[in-house]
Amino acid sequence: MFESTELNRRNARVEKSMGFLYLVMTLILITPVLLILGLLIYKGAPHLTWEFLSTDPKSGMTAGGIFPALVGTIALVLGALIASVPIGVAAAIYLSEYAPDNWFTRIINLAIINLAGVPSIVHALHGLGAFVLFFKMGTSILAASLTLAIATLPVVIVSTRESLAAVPMAFREACWNMGATRWQTIRKVVLPNSVSGILTGVILEVSRTAGETAPIMFTGAAFFLPFLPESIFDQTMALSLHLFVISTQVPGVPEHVPYTVALTLIGIVLIMNALSIGFRMYLRGKKKW
Amino acid sequence: MVALSRQAAPTPTGAPAAENKLEVRDLTITYGKTPALSNVNLEVRANEIFGIIGPANSGKTSFLRVLNRMDTFTTGMKFSGTVYYEGKNLRSWRNLYALRRKIGVVFPLPVGLPLSVYDNVAMAPRLYGTQKKSELDELVERHLRRAALWDEVKDRLHALGSLLSGGQQQRLTIARALSQEPDLLLLDEFSIAVDPVTTMKIEDVLKELRQEMTIVLVTNLTQQARRLADRTAFFLSGQWVEVGDTEALFTGNVKDERTRSYLEGRFG
Repeated sequence: MFESTELNRRNARVEKSMGFLYLVMTLILITPVLLILGLLIYKGAPHLTWEFLSTDPKSGMTAGGIFPALVGTIALVLGALIASVPIGVAAAIYLSEYAPDNWFTRIINLAIINLAGVPSIVHALHGLGAFVLFFKMGTSILAASLTLAIATLPVVIVSTRESLAAVPMAFREACWNMGATRWQTIRKVVLPNSVSGILTGVILEVSRTAGETAPIMFTGAAFFLPFLPESIFDQTMALSLHLFVISTQVPGVPEHVPYTVALTLIGIVLIMNALSIGFRMYLRGKKKW
Repeated sequence: MVALSRQAAPTPTGAPAAENKLEVRDLTITYGKTPALSNVNLEVRANEIFGIIGPANSGKTSFLRVLNRMDTFTTGMKFSGTVYYEGKNLRSWRNLYALRRKIGVVFPLPVGLPLSVYDNVAMAPRLYGTQKKSELDELVERHLRRAALWDEVKDRLHALGSLLSGGQQQRLTIARALSQEPDLLLLDEFSIAVDPVTTMKIEDVLKELRQEMTIVLVTNLTQQARRLADRTAFFLSGQWVEVGDTEALFTGNVKDERTRSYLEGRFG
């Protein structure tokens, strides 16, 4: 007959309380998320109308909508993607598929880790010095996009490398053994099996970029500009900076407006994240090994 | 009976006998500072099945990797000594991609590329420039037939290769290796994940193939070497022990007692 010993019982008790402890920690983790979302939806959702999204701000930003800021954010994100995705993906392919394991590669890796650790205000000052002043782009969508691109490059590089590394080494070996070059192997086997992962990373980059405020502050985002930019050499409004401005810099803004702007911004990010999750699920369903 | 001396040195002109597909002289392989295989001297004749037996970690796979110069893709892998492929020093091949096309490789575990059955077999011909669908169809059917797989997959050529059973997948990788139209086929413990019946099917295929190509067969199963190989080399812990006619080795005609012990199943 089996009888539980004192040790068995103690293990069972510890097992239960450890599970409970981790559950509590997880609940603490999601509390702020729920609070933020709840508050934003409660205060902002009733005012989040098509009209709010599609009209210009009026009366010194105390009334009207956020159309120029919404368009500006989309323009900045697109610009940053166009600049950073080709560079980031190419660098990741080099590091993952071509780079030998030597001091040069290690220095590049270190540089990427450091780039990811640079505070965004430093990126802002770098963008101001390099793009706005040195390359004489002025405060413009172009300069702001490039600054954002540099700030988010590590996201693209890291997620692309992870997707490439997820393709089993055996596939590459099989191709090389057939006489395929590295590039043929990448094009025929590695990229087709990692492209969905790379795109997931790009979508995550979009949500990072949309929310960045500091890098665009000195480089191209305008305080108040109630019309649309005409070219990439113009300044633009942006949602993130607009939120900062109406929350702290402008007196007399109705209480609900910052909530509504924040809800719009977070809505864009959540839609992007949902897309990325959907993509991942689609990818998992199509996984071929 | 082949008398093969360890001291056999390459002639100054480096021109080995023409009937030798491969001639290996003083081959030593290292990974970083770790030696994997030292001082191998042997030759593989054209159209023979050459067996390599030996316990795990004795350098068999590393040996195969030198033959198609995979050292260039492997961090830290270096070899010294000389390998002649059809009389030509492997180091003087300028286009290693062209060399690898002539050498088919089959791995221990079937590596089905994440492609359809058809695309797995059509991959090599496509890499080498065949694009016409009618030609590809013909090639795919021919190579799948040669690998004794056609009848089982002809109705699902466009299903993923990885959905086939383990034994079928291994025959698929053999069909893929054959689609390179190789002169030399390297098999690395191909039967490790294959049931006995499929193993026998593949062995029959190999006996047919030796009419057209040379085969180097690395195997853990000494009886498989006995069934297939004309001559067999015995590797042990990174040492080349001896090479001889397979039947001679198995009937006790060995130069080294360790070979006898291994073949009689006393270790390894």
